Amino acid sequence: MEPLLKINLIDYLIIIIYFIFVLGIGYFLRKAMITSNDFLLSGRKIPAWITGLAFISANLGALEVMGMSASGAKYGMLTAHFYWLGAIPAMVFVGVFMMPFYYGSKARSVPEYLKLRFDEKTRAFNALSFAVMTVLASGISMYAIAIVFQMMIGWSIHFSIFISAIVVLVYIFFGGLTSSIYNEVLQFFLIVFGFLPITILGLIQADGWGNLATKMETVVRGSTHIWSNLGNTMNNPMGIEWFGMVMGLGFVLSFGYWCTDFLVVQRAMAAKDITAAQNTPLIATFPKILFPFIVILPGIIGISLFPKEAFFSDAGTIDYNRILPVLLGKYLPNGMLGIGLTALLASFMSGMAGNVTAFNTVWTYDIYHAYINKKATDKQLLKMGKYTTVVGVLISIASAYIALGFANIMDYLQLLFSFFNAPLFATFLLGMFWKRSTGHGAFWGLLLGTLAAGIHHLLVSNGIISYYSEMASNFYQAIYSWTTAFVLTVIISLLTKPRPENELVGLVYSLTPKPVTSHIPFYKRPSTLAIAAIILTIIFNIIFW
Amino acid sequence: MLFDIRLPIGFIFTIFGAIVSLYGLLSNQNIYDSHSLGININVWWGLVMFIFGTSFLIFAFRKKAKNE
Repeated sequence: MEPLLKINLIDYLIIIIYFIFVLGIGYFLRKAMITSNDFLLSGRKIPAWITGLAFISANLGALEVMGMSASGAKYGMLTAHFYWLGAIPAMVFVGVFMMPFYYGSKARSVPEYLKLRFDEKTRAFNALSFAVMTVLASGISMYAIAIVFQMMIGWSIHFSIFISAIVVLVYIFFGGLTSSIYNEVLQFFLIVFGFLPITILGLIQADGWGNLATKMETVVRGSTHIWSNLGNTMNNPMGIEWFGMVMGLGFVLSFGYWCTDFLVVQRAMAAKDITAAQNTPLIATFPKILFPFIVILPGIIGISLFPKEAFFSDAGTIDYNRILPVLLGKYLPNGMLGIGLTALLASFMSGMAGNVTAFNTVWTYDIYHAYINKKATDKQLLKMGKYTTVVGVLISIASAYIALGFANIMDYLQLLFSFFNAPLFATFLLGMFWKRSTGHGAFWGLLLGTLAAGIHHLLVSNGIISYYSEMASNFYQAIYSWTTAFVLTVIISLLTKPRPENELVGLVYSLTPKPVTSHIPFYKRPSTLAIAAIILTIIFNIIFW
Repeated sequence: MLFDIRLPIGFIFTIFGAIVSLYGLLSNQNIYDSHSLGININVWWGLVMFIFGTSFLIFAFRKKAKNE
């Protein structure tokens, strides 16, 4: 099978230089890793603009990048809801309202906050489910990307898996979370410089957005406006109406991910002070608002300007995941092609590194230190963090190979993961903003909310409930599971004994003094950044209404 | 003891920009006709990356000089 892209020496040279830099970053950081805090939390001394860029890069794995352009081709601008509706409000919320508790409580991880606020069993449930999910997810995406690289440039699957695993292992082993964060910032700029030319050239070829939109409407009807077709499931390609979109994606799924997923929250926890921690997701909102133009527009460009046959798989049907790789080959000559591929490779590796560093920290602090060796010295924790890196990478490789052999198992696992995030946001919302909520309430609400997602899924797959599209089904599943967790946590909390208020200072909104911002220049204040982000988001929603 | 992240980013984009734009000057125009609408994207975008990279380096070295 011929590879899709023809790369030459100059492209390889660029890829090799990139590898040297990535390893070099880890190498030069090794002396800064003295305590477990340095290794797992970057010593809490990273400036906000760096943690902010890492915050969005950690979410921008190669799978997401390709998935967004695939979705851009299928659903058009409606995909932007995953940014302007499904990310920005939640990022603003976590920055302004939740970060003071995450950072201020001195918790070292999301599960540890649950321990401080609620109890041991709630932490254990979250730590275990998170650790298992992250490390398996990392393996699954490794497998998926290895297949893409095989298709694009003919690298064997084993070669892609091992080279990326070894590079990631080396740079995290030496440089810890800081290494991961630095590489994520590098990845951010590589993605911008690697993919922006595709959008620019595509818009030149189409002769402007207006013409492109007209063409796109003939391919996928109702795909160039984001709100005006949401009145009815029949009028838009996603098959969903505004309520499911706003509540399912905009509220439950988005807040569940951005506000509670340790992979992203960890970046903010590494910031140098509480203002920097708050500003981390807020600074991240600005590139996030603009990212649809880099990751979604290529999908629209591909499907409207090129014949469908250009994206056919070997089986002769359209494969939307091919759109981005094919466009790289169409628009970028050798030279720039190397930059585009490096961008994809960078998001591949730092996506994996993000998972490994989050796994590291949760394992070391929430499982090893909490249950296995309660009296561990810091030296032992640092050692454990480093060893866990090796183990985490090995498990990722193993699960990549399981995925290679049994693709179905991985589909089931991914399905299972989707049950966990939605109810977790109910737990955090009540934990941070309702002092009456209790550990028993949180634990059972979380458990039964997760179960509710599972039951909903069973009902859908047996045809007892049906939706117009799979996406609508996912959004409503999240709504039901969140509501179950919320209601049950409230009821059980009211029936159980609350914790005394003095134990909850620094953990609950009403009992914690607000961070003082009067000494900070106004343009660096979280509230200023939050308002600017919201205004900008509203403007884009109106432009593409 | 962390180094300034602007250093590696500045260096890598300066190098990438130099390589890509130099390759753009030396390569045959027909690869641009068949890919990038006749625009020599290597020269232009290489230059953009080069300027971005060097300005990061300038920032980093200025800050270093100020701290010393």
